[in-house]
Amino acid sequence: MYKASRFSPLASVIRHTVITLPTPVNISTWWNFGSLLGVCLATQIFSGLVLSLHFTAHTDLSFYVVIQSFGDVYYNWWFRALHANGASFFFIGLYLHIARGMYYSSYVFKEVWSVGVVILLLVMASAFLGYVLPWGQMSFWGATVITSLFSALPIIGSDVVIWLWGGFSVDNATLTRFFGIHFLLPFTVAGLAGLHLFFLHDQGSSNPLGVSSDFNKVVFHHYYVLKDLVGVCFFVGPLLGLVYFYPWLLGDPENFIEGNPLVTPHHIQPEWYFLFAYAILRAVPNKLGGVVALAAAVLILFYMPFSPKTSIKGLSFYPWGKVLFFSLIGVFILLTWAGSKPVEEPYVVVSQVLSFLYFFYFLLIGPLTRIQDKLL
Amino acid sequence: MAGWTVGKKVLATALGMGATGGAGLYVALDESVKADLTLHPPKLPWSHKGPIDSFDHASIRRGYQVYKQVCAACHSLKYIPYRHFVDVFMTEDEAKEEAAEIMVRDGPNDIGEMFDRPGKLTDYLPMPFPNSAAAAYANNGAVPPDLSLMVLARHGGEDYLYHLLNGYCDPPEGVELGEGQHFNPYFPGGAIGMAPPLYTDIIEYEDGTPATQSQLAKDVITFLSWTAMPEHDERKKFGMKAMLVLIPFTALCYYKKRQYWSLLKSGKYVYNPKKY
Repeated sequence: MYKASRFSPLASVIRHTVITLPTPVNISTWWNFGSLLGVCLATQIFSGLVLSLHFTAHTDLSFYVVIQSFGDVYYNWWFRALHANGASFFFIGLYLHIARGMYYSSYVFKEVWSVGVVILLLVMASAFLGYVLPWGQMSFWGATVITSLFSALPIIGSDVVIWLWGGFSVDNATLTRFFGIHFLLPFTVAGLAGLHLFFLHDQGSSNPLGVSSDFNKVVFHHYYVLKDLVGVCFFVGPLLGLVYFYPWLLGDPENFIEGNPLVTPHHIQPEWYFLFAYAILRAVPNKLGGVVALAAAVLILFYMPFSPKTSIKGLSFYPWGKVLFFSLIGVFILLTWAGSKPVEEPYVVVSQVLSFLYFFYFLLIGPLTRIQDKLL
Repeated sequence: MAGWTVGKKVLATALGMGATGGAGLYVALDESVKADLTLHPPKLPWSHKGPIDSFDHASIRRGYQVYKQVCAACHSLKYIPYRHFVDVFMTEDEAKEEAAEIMVRDGPNDIGEMFDRPGKLTDYLPMPFPNSAAAAYANNGAVPPDLSLMVLARHGGEDYLYHLLNGYCDPPEGVELGEGQHFNPYFPGGAIGMAPPLYTDIIEYEDGTPATQSQLAKDVITFLSWTAMPEHDERKKFGMKAMLVLIPFTALCYYKKRQYWSLLKSGKYVYNPKKY
């Protein structure tokens, strides 16, 4: 590889990315999630491609084809369980990767961070579109609820919704276009992931101490190839454990009932990874306000690079910043729980308080760390 | 907080955890005494529930007999063909004989007519009603759902279905039921259109097992677990093989990682100030 890279541009790129890349010696396990997300993306693309070979995007056939494939297509149950649970692990990795970025102020790398947030948005869109494809009850009604949110847009809202649906309700036109876009988006994400890495390698990875690591770097291979391989093993183990032993633990039983426009489920709710945003959406009593809050819950990440800079990068040396950060983690978990509850008391008030606390973090973290900088 | 002693930090952490735990306990206790119109089914020790437990195939066979003689009058299994029975709970000849008991509309023949023929392995289990309107008309307006995925399509799975089948009782004071409805505390809302379907000795098992109500329920639900998860046994077998490879491989990777890193991890920085 070393000799070949002198002549081949591709081999040279690979060499500079994963073999001789100078990497800080002290990056911790939190830095593993980047490569893990790459593994997740590859897994989802591979399993999705295989599933698409036996899938038909038609309202009369989708549900039937997906269920029939369990008994009739060799190992299709494995690919479906891997794809469904792989999505959950993708989001576990995403949220932990973002949490690492927020804690260690990785957002100072503006381009890397911005491309990362775009990747998050596209992955969320892809997950939503993919969940509609089996055409179960939750697929149909989830699609109806979320696409109907666009009707809150002033003036053009109802036209946008009809344009999205391809008709006057969620129906076959919606399913076929969702399949097409769901197939396309992961390749866009893969390209953006390459751009994400490109911008990162321009500056080099940060490290937990928040100081420059230019004087103490090691080559990526073998050190971080092996460390990332261990990370993959510890990540894939639980994933395969779910796939083989509890494939539907994280799923919703309603999605094993064929989608029926005439029967509304008692509790329409998304998969667990969207529940925090769902809780924020439902916390606001106004429809447009709820949609704005939902969008803001994710788009607020774009603000992070513009938050006040601290003397020391990261929150490691800011005790009150740490308290606030871990409070945010708790709020996020509680919002996820609240999103699974019906819209009744006391869950309404709980969701509203938690939603306020969620946004409060982003308002408070900058001033709090600046105060400590001034005091010391 | 920076100037706190270890003892103070431990105390603050313990107080924080205690407060959080106390709040959680309060919420849990408060929720548990609130009125809930649906009875949650207790967990049962199903023989196939563990990570390395397979189906009881004799129970699947008996369950099919229960389905055929009791449930098939109203409930369809439209995703299950007869060929799936082969080598699961029937031999090929038994499955062919089973399929041949039904008549299937097929055609057109050479002169363009549709005709009825005995069923084959490739045919699906017959529908009790031609369409949902006929099913509703025959069942007091309620359409008996398809049972192929019922174990996966209900919260509580097997436990819910077992307790539903065995849980019929008289309605409590003040609960009004519509005509043709029955009270079942496990069914959401309490009023179910299905009459109690099982009672002891409703059928006679071909293998001589006593057909008590609980045995009938257990067997038919094991059968329905198989219809919902036909890949179940193969999935767990693969899982065991995967773990047999993955766990040692993980240990090996971890060892090699620690080995390569040992030089860096055991490095020291020493500051030797310049002596002037």
